Amino acid sequence: MTAVPIIELDGLTKRFSRKLDVVERFARRLGAAIDDRAVQAVSGVDLSIAEGEVVGLVGESGCGKSTLGRMVAGILPPSAGTLRWRGRDLRELSPADRHHANLKIQMVFQDPMASLNPRLRVADIVGEAPVVHGLVPRRQAEEYVAATLRQVGLDPAYLRRYPHQFSGGQRQRIGIARALAVKPDVLVCDESVAALDVSIQAQIINLFMRLREELSLTYLFISHDLGVVEHISDRTAIMYLGRIVELAPTPELFDKPNHPYAKALLDEAPRVSVEKRRFAPIRGEIPSPLDPPSGCAFHPRCPHAMPRCSAERPALRAIAPRRWSACHLNETTGP
Amino acid sequence: MTEPLLRVDGLRTHFLTRAGTVKAVDGVDLRLDRGEILGLVGESGSGKSVTGQSILGLVDPPGRVVGGRVLFQGEDLVGAGEKRLRAIRGRRIAMIFQDPMMTLNPVLSIGTQMVEAVRAHEKVSRAEAWERSRRALARVGIASPDERLASYPHQFSGGMRQRVAIAIALLHSPDLIIADEPTTALDVTIQAQILFEVQKLCRETGTALIWVTHDLAVVSALADRVAVMYAGRVVETGTVAEIIGNPRHPYTRGLLESVPSRNRRGVPLRSIPGMTPSVLDLPEGCAFRPRCDRSSGACTVMPELTGERENRAWRCWNPVAAEARGDAA
Repeated sequence: MTAVPIIELDGLTKRFSRKLDVVERFARRLGAAIDDRAVQAVSGVDLSIAEGEVVGLVGESGCGKSTLGRMVAGILPPSAGTLRWRGRDLRELSPADRHHANLKIQMVFQDPMASLNPRLRVADIVGEAPVVHGLVPRRQAEEYVAATLRQVGLDPAYLRRYPHQFSGGQRQRIGIARALAVKPDVLVCDESVAALDVSIQAQIINLFMRLREELSLTYLFISHDLGVVEHISDRTAIMYLGRIVELAPTPELFDKPNHPYAKALLDEAPRVSVEKRRFAPIRGEIPSPLDPPSGCAFHPRCPHAMPRCSAERPALRAIAPRRWSACHLNETTGP
Repeated sequence: MTEPLLRVDGLRTHFLTRAGTVKAVDGVDLRLDRGEILGLVGESGSGKSVTGQSILGLVDPPGRVVGGRVLFQGEDLVGAGEKRLRAIRGRRIAMIFQDPMMTLNPVLSIGTQMVEAVRAHEKVSRAEAWERSRRALARVGIASPDERLASYPHQFSGGMRQRVAIAIALLHSPDLIIADEPTTALDVTIQAQILFEVQKLCRETGTALIWVTHDLAVVSALADRVAVMYAGRVVETGTVAEIIGNPRHPYTRGLLESVPSRNRRGVPLRSIPGMTPSVLDLPEGCAFRPRCDRSSGACTVMPELTGERENRAWRCWNPVAAEARGDAA
């Protein structure tokens, strides 16, 4: 790829640390060995997203996928690493340019009931941001909102209604309309279809795909649902405990996953099929990010673990053109 | 034909609210043989959870079972008194809920709760009850059960808590377990572990299982038979192969076609138009009629469950043609 990626993450890291309370601070001053317990939610993620691409981000709870999405959307400041917007470091942009860049990346959340203000009418929820940011004069706001609602398949007659008067699927459409109202280039979708029933979920997935065509949008599509990600994304990244363990074009990754965790995840995701199957689950639980295992974070559960895995953390390396995997096995023998 | 373990006939559970009567369950028929796993599938508001609760008489007011029978080994549970139901609950029919944090008492240790559950139904010594709890925990794959019995629910992860809930359900080797979305809140790898244990236990102990879920994928992997619910009624029932491979009700077909992994990548999904109707204001006749592409004039009258046999039936005037085909996945 020669074109400049629309978003480029370089060693993006997020640490959450708990502030010590009074007693702990006092105890520390007296010499007690108390350190602030920090959770490294995202550790050194490199990822570049090309214009118009859909990148799926998959992982189980606590793997840091939402934190990563929030950093990309500009809601959370990264603790370390750089985020480049069209090739330029966000921190080096002038305030006006940074403001513009932030506006171009919008987010769609999981639970529209929690992310839509229950006391605002749809006209205000969707219309507020474009007016504030000067994209539309206030007098034309209503017209503009109506057009945006039509775009996401909602009847503009609903303009005066409140969020609670809508069904779950319609509410998600409002959330999408709100994101689209400021004319973004990139949408970060964090579990945007997870809370919906299957038949409604299909409608919203179709809407995302249609909007991508019509508005040439770029998506970072975060989900725990492998089927959804396989359907919608061009490339898929699999995260485990704060790091990307495998990144590849979607068809290749789903056909032939390389990383043992990716394999386990794909094997164990139940699929609709006529055959009854026996589960052969992988043992153990997802380790706590408070106390991650040494070396490769997956080694305590990995069926192929070697001594090296607990000592040294494997880097994310290219294993084929456009395919990346973080596993020591790729260096010893071909898997 | 032998008497089934459980037979639900025309079960109707209504909620009398100020806004009107909500017919959450409105004429559900089910049958379940010993050791069989039935997947009860439906979207939110279809009445699948209320059906599960009605079987055990666990519906909270303003909900009430207003009609039908629940025959458990020939005994009608709908008319049974509270005392009789208490003797059955937990002992012969156990229930597992979606969120074990809501069903486990947070201020009692797991051991205390399990011993109590054993001694509620059987006169055994505390030590014996403890030993039985220990074995039950070991059976669902919990390592160092002795230590775990002394722990409290908050010390467990979500997957472990669900294992504990399953262990409690197994304490009395019940004939039937009703599981209401027990793996919905869990991660994929943890869900696979739970499904593995459940499948193994049902094979070993011959316990029958009703698995209530919205997830067709889980059902297709786990169940023997499936009943699909829509707006308070079973609209189609059959074996997993029949339901997945050859759905006859348009709703079942639509549901299957909406699953992303069954579609070609990037191609728009064939979704069902519209949304689930409000149970307060159901359309006359077939409730699926306004969303259905096969509806006709006949559909204003509610169709009966018809089909090849009792366990392979659908509720539709214009069923999808039977197809001789294998797995379309």
